[in-house]
Amino acid sequence: MDPKPLWLLAELTYKCPLQCPYCSNPLDFAGPRFKRELSTDEWCRVFREAKTLGVLQLGLSGGEPTLRPDLEELVRTAHGLGLYTSLITSAFRLTRERLAGLKAAGLDHVQISVQGADAELSDEIAGTASYRDKIAAYHYTRELGFPLTVNVVLHRRNLHQVEALIRLAESLGAERIELANTQFYGWALHNRDALMPTKAQLAAAWRVVERERARLGTRLEIVWVLPDYHEEFPKPCMGGWGRAYMTVTPAGEVWPCHAAGRITTLTFENVRDHSLDWIWEHSDAFNRFRGDGWMPEPCRSCPRKAQDFGGCRCQAFLVAGDAGVTDPVCSLSPHRHLIDAALAHEREPEEWTYRAAPASRALAGRG
Amino acid sequence: MSPATAAAVPRLHAKARLQRDEVRGREVLLYPEGLVGLNPTGAEILALCDGVRSLADIVATLERRYGVTGLERDVAAFLDGLAGKGLVLYGP
Repeated sequence: MDPKPLWLLAELTYKCPLQCPYCSNPLDFAGPRFKRELSTDEWCRVFREAKTLGVLQLGLSGGEPTLRPDLEELVRTAHGLGLYTSLITSAFRLTRERLAGLKAAGLDHVQISVQGADAELSDEIAGTASYRDKIAAYHYTRELGFPLTVNVVLHRRNLHQVEALIRLAESLGAERIELANTQFYGWALHNRDALMPTKAQLAAAWRVVERERARLGTRLEIVWVLPDYHEEFPKPCMGGWGRAYMTVTPAGEVWPCHAAGRITTLTFENVRDHSLDWIWEHSDAFNRFRGDGWMPEPCRSCPRKAQDFGGCRCQAFLVAGDAGVTDPVCSLSPHRHLIDAALAHEREPEEWTYRAAPASRALAGRG
Repeated sequence: MSPATAAAVPRLHAKARLQRDEVRGREVLLYPEGLVGLNPTGAEILALCDGVRSLADIVATLERRYGVTGLERDVAAFLDGLAGKGLVLYGP
């Protein structure tokens, strides 16, 4: 059977009051490519087409999705279609009233990011004073009966707080905490040297995760997203290209994952020109790396190819300059030395560039 | 998670929702960042987990419906599997 997508990530806007230096949004998020945001009607059509195509899980993300004044209407439509709908938010200035309205509209699940376990570090990493709003919103979320995920992106500046972060999620009564080691795309790749953790940091954090998982059992699910540069084999990115997942960007481009837009050798279609079904089935971008016919060696004859699908196409493009080669993270890749070079020396802490519109325009102008 | 006893009253966790998956012709259990595809029997068992019926009641209902006996082990194993993922809770 041909694969049909189960997951849709709707990036409703790239505007965001936070400025996290590891943001996965494109470096040129403030540029013309993402300017003309989809209307309410266009998004509702996308959700209907997604449901017909087989999507069951919908993430409403960004940027900051609560900046869309029509969020309630979008949630109502998604809920009416039976989509399991998650809001992925920074919770900046998110009020109890707004969350109650979203609950009434049928929102299923709330994910709120935090950048560190205390106000000082969290606000410094976010580049915007937001910790207090986040803590308030965590409590509103629980009071209103939402399942809650605490989202944390980990890197060299906050890995030492893993235990405190887990305790915070536990004290809030969260269902899940997602401890996502930084994946190096978008702003995170730009800031790679400043964010790269040491092996010792990762080992210490992992010991905490194992211990806390044993202590908490099913009370709090601890998701640990692997730091793939430090691994021997690549991640099974998106469960395979064009197999289960699609992202729709603020201005309607459809990508096989939320980083794919950076691959300049692919052409991406827009929901303004084609149905989601057509894009999934027929577009070049979705078909190019579907299945294993595209694979070169060492993937082609590798028994792991059914497990990891050759790893990540975006990483192959960004690090090795070719989206059609083995993920350079793989120890069998002829490009692995490029990953090792990024890991080679334990650096002094460096300055990072905050994710913000002026920096985005400057970087986009530089090409 | 300790296994279900006959008197335990299973219910779905509030974070989980049963949903028809028309495209794949099955029921699914949806929850934060995940889903479990269900066969018809699994869907039927979960539909009976209303927070009132005990495991023994559910087993008796299914055995009556199909005119068979000895379903308790299979039903309990199915529910214990979901309880292990935190999707089913056992109450008194």
